[in-house]
Formats: sequence, C-alpha cells, structure tokens
Amino acid sequence: MAPEEIRNAVLEILEDIAPDEDLSSLDDTKSFRDQIELDSMDFLDIVMELRKRYRVQIPEEDYGQLASMSSTVEYLTPKMEHITA
Amino acid sequence: MLPDEMRIVITGIGLTAPNGNNLSEFREGLLTGRSGVSEYEIRYFGKTLAGICKFEVTRHQAKRDARRGTRAGSIGVYCANEAIIDSGMDWSNVDRSRVGVYVGVTEHGNVETETEIHEIRGYDYDTSYWSHHHNPRTVANNPAGEIALNMEITGPHYTIGAACAAGNAGLIQGAQMLQLDQCDVAIAGGVSESIHTFGIFAGFASQGALASHADPTQASRPFDRNRNGIVIAEGGCVYVLERYSDAKARGANIIGELVGYAMNTDATDFVLPNSERQAQCVRMALQRARLEPEDIDIVSTHATGTENGDTLECAALREVFHGSKKTFFNNAKSFIGHSMGAAGALELAGNLPAFQDGVCHATINVDELDPTCELEGLVLNQPRETKGVNYILNNSFGMLGINSVVIIKRV
Repeated sequence: MAPEEIRNAVLEILEDIAPDEDLSSLDDTKSFRDQIELDSMDFLDIVMELRKRYRVQIPEEDYGQLASMSSTVEYLTPKMEHITA
Repeated sequence: MLPDEMRIVITGIGLTAPNGNNLSEFREGLLTGRSGVSEYEIRYFGKTLAGICKFEVTRHQAKRDARRGTRAGSIGVYCANEAIIDSGMDWSNVDRSRVGVYVGVTEHGNVETETEIHEIRGYDYDTSYWSHHHNPRTVANNPAGEIALNMEITGPHYTIGAACAAGNAGLIQGAQMLQLDQCDVAIAGGVSESIHTFGIFAGFASQGALASHADPTQASRPFDRNRNGIVIAEGGCVYVLERYSDAKARGANIIGELVGYAMNTDATDFVLPNSERQAQCVRMALQRARLEPEDIDIVSTHATGTENGDTLECAALREVFHGSKKTFFNNAKSFIGHSMGAAGALELAGNLPAFQDGVCHATINVDELDPTCELEGLVLNQPRETKGVNYILNNSFGMLGINSVVIIKRV
C-alpha cells in the first residue's frame, strides 16, 4: 500500500469509530484528539481495526506514533507497504 | 392510606415494542390486533420468528455511543429519554444526583460474548482480537449505566436481574428506593436485547418451547390449544416514578399509582412454574393494596404460549379470582411475543390507557381455547368495553421460580 492508500485505510477506520464527526477537513499535521472526540477506548479501536483488517501489530510502546494522520501514515508505511490495496 | 410522600405514582412512560415506539402507537396496535412478530434470521440458528423493535436509535443517542454500547443500552436510552419527555418534568433543572435508574433484565452480556467468539473464530481463536469494549458492554449494570451516562444522571444506577419477572421487579425497585428516600425521581422498568443472541433461540428450541407458524403474526398464541411455544421479542419500557407529594406539587399528569406489589419464589424447579406460589404472590399483592380480587378490573397475564406455563398461571388465577364477575384477563405477548426483561413493564403499559378509555385489550390468536386455560372474563380476540377501569394487576414470572405482581390504581 502506498502512503495515500494507508491514509485512506486509516480514514475508513476513523469513520467507523467516530461516525458523528465530519472528517473531510481533517488536518493531517494536527493531533487527532485536537480535532475529533477520541478517548483512549476509541484509540484502542484504531489499533484493533488495523490488526483485524491488515494484520498489523502495533506494540503498546508505539501507540504515541498514532497521534496525527501524518505520523500514523509515516509509522505504518514500512509495516503496510507489502500489503496489496 | 399511606401519607402522600410514601405513595408512588407513574408520571411518564417511554417504550419501544415490536408494534409501536410510544404508548399511543403500542396501545393502538393492541386495540386493533396489530402483531409485531415477523420473520427473523440469526447466525448459527438460522431462520426463525421474532418481535423486532424499529425505534430511531439516534433520536437520543450519538452514533458513536450506540456503537460503543449495547442494544440493551440503546433501548434503555431511548425509553428513558422518552419517559422524561412524557413526564413533562423540567429536566434541565432536575438535580441529577437525586435521580435513580433501576432497569430489569432477563440476561445481559450474551449478545456481546457470542459476537466476540464469532469474531475471533475468524482469527483462529486468537484472543488478541477480542474487543476491549467487551467488559463495559457486558457488566451487568450496562443498560442502566448507559442511561445514566446519556442523561448525565449521577444518582444510583443498576440493573435488576430477575429473568422474565424483571420489568415488574425494576418498577418495584424504583418505588422502594423512592420510599427509602434514596432518590426523588426513579427511572424504572425493563429492557431486552435477547433476540440478538442465538443462544436464547437455540435454548428454547432444545427445550421444545420455541414457537413456529407459517404466518408469523399467528405464532404467539397463549391459551390456544394449538400453541407451540414462545416467540422471542426485544423491547423496552421505562417509567418515571415519583412520590405523590412531589408529583402533585409540580402539577404532573399522574398516569397511575402503584398501590400493591409482591415478589416470591417457587423453590420447586429451574423451569416449571408453580401455580400455588403464583396464586400466593397475587394474593400478597392484593393484601398489601388492601384489595379484594373483585376490585381488580384487568389482569394482564404473563402467559407465554407454553402448555405448562399457560395452564399453571390460569389455574392460579382461577383460584384467586373465582367468583369475581368484573375482572377481565388479557395478554400482550399474543401481539408482540415475549419481550423478556421488558415484558412486565411493557405489558403493564399497554393496559394503562384503559384508565381513560375503559377498554380491555384482547389476547389474540385464540382459535380454539385450551380448556385448561378457561377463565371467566378472558378477553378473546376482540377488545372489550368495560364499565370503567380503576385497578390493573400485572403478572410477570420467570425461570428459577421468580414471581412478581404489581397493582396500579387510577388516580
């Protein structure tokens, strides 16, 4: 998957987790939590859905890498580049 | 008579039933014979019948919360909000620390556990795929807790696990907590999400107690000779309860007064009811209300459409009400199926408009009355005009021999 495809995959997960939010104006450089209502359980949903949908394992010490869209895509790229979109 | 601050009245009702999403729709369905039972399919079990609710989940709940929570929670949130609106209470100025939430449930957590096991099956039963939402969804207080979260209620909240007597038990608990001054407003009743667990269908099928019929609307047929079991339904019914003194002071519309109730236990079998204990429970409720059987205008029966259950309840009622010329008997499950934890509260609600319209709704689908279910005053297939309704008695019984009876008086 290319970075843009990974971004779309994360966006799809966010749409499921935060169905009341308008994600069209999401700023990739800003933290998710500053832009949408996400608590720690929602955050764990992102981790779980990446595991379920793409079999990507994210160790707890790396959770901080998922703060914003750009940091998430950057972190996931080496883990997901071998996956066919 | 009790002092006004010890008298408990109903001032609001919120409900969802398979044939209506508020009391007027539900009542209209009960008076016109509109069934809420339809074809249904659930994983592993396959095709069956059920009573399915079609209320608007997002009317009072964000999509995010509905996703994070449970179906029972969503049903509770819908009913509780509707009940408060119906009560006409100035909710924005109510002290939420003095509101209690008491919700009856037959079971809770089976839906979520089945879902998670189904999910991890797709990952070779690797439990690292088990949802972190499982525990908050399956704790026994979940449906009451979701109501409290949604409505920012900081008083006590919990569920009452009472099998199919739970709706009445929730109501009784709310009344007791008001009398004990643990709250000033009680949100009390029952909910059921049971149609979303295949286990309940499979369990009743294995027990030989699950109804089937070519026409879904005729499948739930308590008292009929050709009945063949229970139709499982989802549903919810939540009451706003207040002390009479508080309700009167704020000029509330008082729907009825809880003048008597009783709960007891068979202590004889896991599943089979006990007619003697049921009759005793009805008598206790009458005695506490200082009423005689002939004072009761309508008895809302529990009968579920099983041979043993229907027959034993009718025997209990014949024993207590023998000689009462004015008492009518009906059954709401014949319209909507058995809404489990909601049943007691929901079936009572369907009768309360009789205080105004004087009509006793029927029990439908009785083509050939089982002689063991004969009751003088059993209202078959068509509603019956009465000479006025002042007292309604509501039966609700459940597995492990739990019996509950409530009596509501017109105020």
